[in-house]
Amino acid sequence: MITIYNTKKIITMNPAHAHTTHVAVRDGKILGTGPLEDLKGWGEYTLDERFADKVLMPGLIEAHSHLMEGSLWAYTYVGFFDRMSPEGDMQKGCNNLEEVLAKLKEAEAKIEDPDAPMPAWSLDPIYFDNVRVTRHDLDQVSSTRPIGIMHASGHILNVNTKALELAGLMRTGVNHDGVPLGKDGMPLGELKGPDVMTPVSPHVGFDRDMLACDETGMLRFGKLCVRAGVTTATDLANKLPEEVVNLFTEVSGRKTYPTRIVSLRYHHGVSPQELIEHAEALTVKSTDMMRLGKIKVVVDGSIQGFSARLREPGYFNGAPNGLWYISPEHLAYILEHALEKGLHVNTHTNGDQATQLVIETMTEALKKHPSPDHRFVLQHCQLADAAQFRKIAKLGLCVNLFANHHFYWGDEHYKLTVGPERAERMNAAGTALREGVPMAIHSDAPITPLGPLFTGWCAVNRLTASGRTLGEADKISVDEALYAITLGAAYTLHMDQEIGSIEAGKKADFVVLEDDPEAIGGDKLKDVRVWGTVQGGRVFAVADI
Amino acid sequence: MTLPVTVLSGYLGAGKTTLVNQMLRNADGKRLAIMVNEFGDLPIDADLIEAEGDDLIALAGGCVCCSYGDDLMAALAQMAALQPPPDHIVLEASGVALPGAIAASLSLMAGIETAGVVVLADVGQIDRQLANDYIGDTVVRQLEAADLVILTKGDIASSDQMAQAGKTVSAHTRGAAIIEAAQGYLPLDVVLHPSQVSAPQVGQAHGNAAGLVSEVAYPEMMQDAQTYAKSLAERGQVIRAKGHLLTSHGMKTVQVVGDSWDVHTAPKNAQVGVVIISLKEAALA
Repeated sequence: MITIYNTKKIITMNPAHAHTTHVAVRDGKILGTGPLEDLKGWGEYTLDERFADKVLMPGLIEAHSHLMEGSLWAYTYVGFFDRMSPEGDMQKGCNNLEEVLAKLKEAEAKIEDPDAPMPAWSLDPIYFDNVRVTRHDLDQVSSTRPIGIMHASGHILNVNTKALELAGLMRTGVNHDGVPLGKDGMPLGELKGPDVMTPVSPHVGFDRDMLACDETGMLRFGKLCVRAGVTTATDLANKLPEEVVNLFTEVSGRKTYPTRIVSLRYHHGVSPQELIEHAEALTVKSTDMMRLGKIKVVVDGSIQGFSARLREPGYFNGAPNGLWYISPEHLAYILEHALEKGLHVNTHTNGDQATQLVIETMTEALKKHPSPDHRFVLQHCQLADAAQFRKIAKLGLCVNLFANHHFYWGDEHYKLTVGPERAERMNAAGTALREGVPMAIHSDAPITPLGPLFTGWCAVNRLTASGRTLGEADKISVDEALYAITLGAAYTLHMDQEIGSIEAGKKADFVVLEDDPEAIGGDKLKDVRVWGTVQGGRVFAVADI
Repeated sequence: MTLPVTVLSGYLGAGKTTLVNQMLRNADGKRLAIMVNEFGDLPIDADLIEAEGDDLIALAGGCVCCSYGDDLMAALAQMAALQPPPDHIVLEASGVALPGAIAASLSLMAGIETAGVVVLADVGQIDRQLANDYIGDTVVRQLEAADLVILTKGDIASSDQMAQAGKTVSAHTRGAAIIEAAQGYLPLDVVLHPSQVSAPQVGQAHGNAAGLVSEVAYPEMMQDAQTYAKSLAERGQVIRAKGHLLTSHGMKTVQVVGDSWDVHTAPKNAQVGVVIISLKEAALA
């Protein structure tokens, strides 16, 4: 059964046929592209004209996201920016604390069980002049029901008095940097850092392992992918116990599931030896729609949390250097053994010292296990300078830069974390490409919303939320951005032989667009409307999900 | 009832595993709960293991070992809820973790008290580690948080190296006692209550403390056990003492920890004799 789609325009990412009008699909794979005459030779076909006025591109690839983006929508969204829910309900952003409280009150009134906790997410007081949110504010919503709001950064949790009581923290004598106290000596309800969040988070409803995902969350994630035009998405840090693997495999294998998931085993909680063994065991469990066997190593923390590892001259505000989440010795073990066994490693490095450690460790590991095509990826790699990108290119490493960071936190980086010069070079996509580094760009959803076209817009314009341009020289072109969210991302996943371009033999994964991203202009790339996707030959319209 | 937790820190290879196994062998009826980041880091001697589960290993003498992975607080709550509860938790921090931050977080948990931070330093490696661009500041922050630093692997180091390591370490600590573990006898109580051994030493140079000595005293019959205990507590080098002595009011048990002491009626059949553990002053002072 052959279907030929005619379209207004197909952007193939195949330089030999960069633009065309028709694509023939059989059994979820592409037979070929070109004018109709070139495709008729494949035999009897159905001409599907529903995309006649649409633009097709290869299905977009989000190479750094988390399935948690889907689960969070079970909770109340109180972010500053408008954000589309999986069901297509545009959630209005909260412009000030009063709006946050009003939205919480509205949601609170709908919960029947008077004792049920109420979790909410994506609070960002940076946009309310950094006003401190306290338990007294949240007590206005309810004094009897535990309430907790996770900040957009994921590093701070605000709770009400009831939640503190349940956690045994409604007392004097608490002595911890991450727990600010009021004049009465009692905690204010602001909990900074995972160490102080975890004793309280179960009491406010964040009790599941937030990095894992349940069926509902997974289905919602799939809907968000269709809305964003994404046909393959990563789930970048999962412990992947057997029950999770079984769930993911079952759900992603359903005929109605629209997204191929690539889930990475992260290094926390197991020894380096166990990590390698688990990744090997997972590799053979991969299916077409559920890819397993890759490794994620978290090397340092985050820049806005001051836990990233920076080289000289360190943090702009004088904060002490950040934290290692793995020892150099364990990192070396993992890189060496992964190279030896052909396992694909992705390292989270935010700070440039963490990036340098990976560069130096890889240099040694590659002497022991020369691997011409390992494509290990430096994830985030936000502060790398030109010399590091040159090394990265030489070592055969790839980068996946956090382009969205400029928009959401660029102003903070400029003023507070790393200062003007280094804020300008953050996520230096232009430099990476000039130095020949294979590159993807990402949202890290749910840290920022899933949407590769928006991410592309960020990399093209490098604008902060307040309108400052950070790093003119590191802007990339629209063509480069479109490549980064398709074939560029596929390359970093070792999947460019299957996806990332529209050409004979590849998966029939397309994003169907109402507007032409090549014509709309770089400043409007984020405004390109997504009609839906085709995934493995199956059509998913945004209007129908 | 509060459950004491000792944080055991130190860079990779400092000897945490050896120390933990030694503690388990000398638990002497104390039910210890050992918490490790992951089991891979802690090969418990096989003969100590009674039963193994996914996250929990049952050990000889009612001790347990559990891995906390990426959720320390949840694992601590689970340990505190064990029936019967453990007498003491030893929390082994990962090689790059900051024990001071962990100890501060523990203070948030209801029913748990921090008994202090023990940091292990490998005599042969500590200088190299401190000079390392990547981990030097992490090792410094670990030493700064220590109540007690144990110098390890001194048996394969020269006495010069040992003295040098002591000096290096003391330059970074803030009033911690520094003792040597190699071959040495390291009483369980000292490791479990590091903050009680550090206090009397503040302000002194400890770089020359070359280990612990243990002696058994057999005091003559005396009027008052309180006076005897007080005299032990006032001797700066004594960090622990426990035993029995005969007084005009019968057999009494004395217990000395740092500069505090306790006296109570001795159990039946108690024999006269007090074990006294003190810091040994080095000859090189």
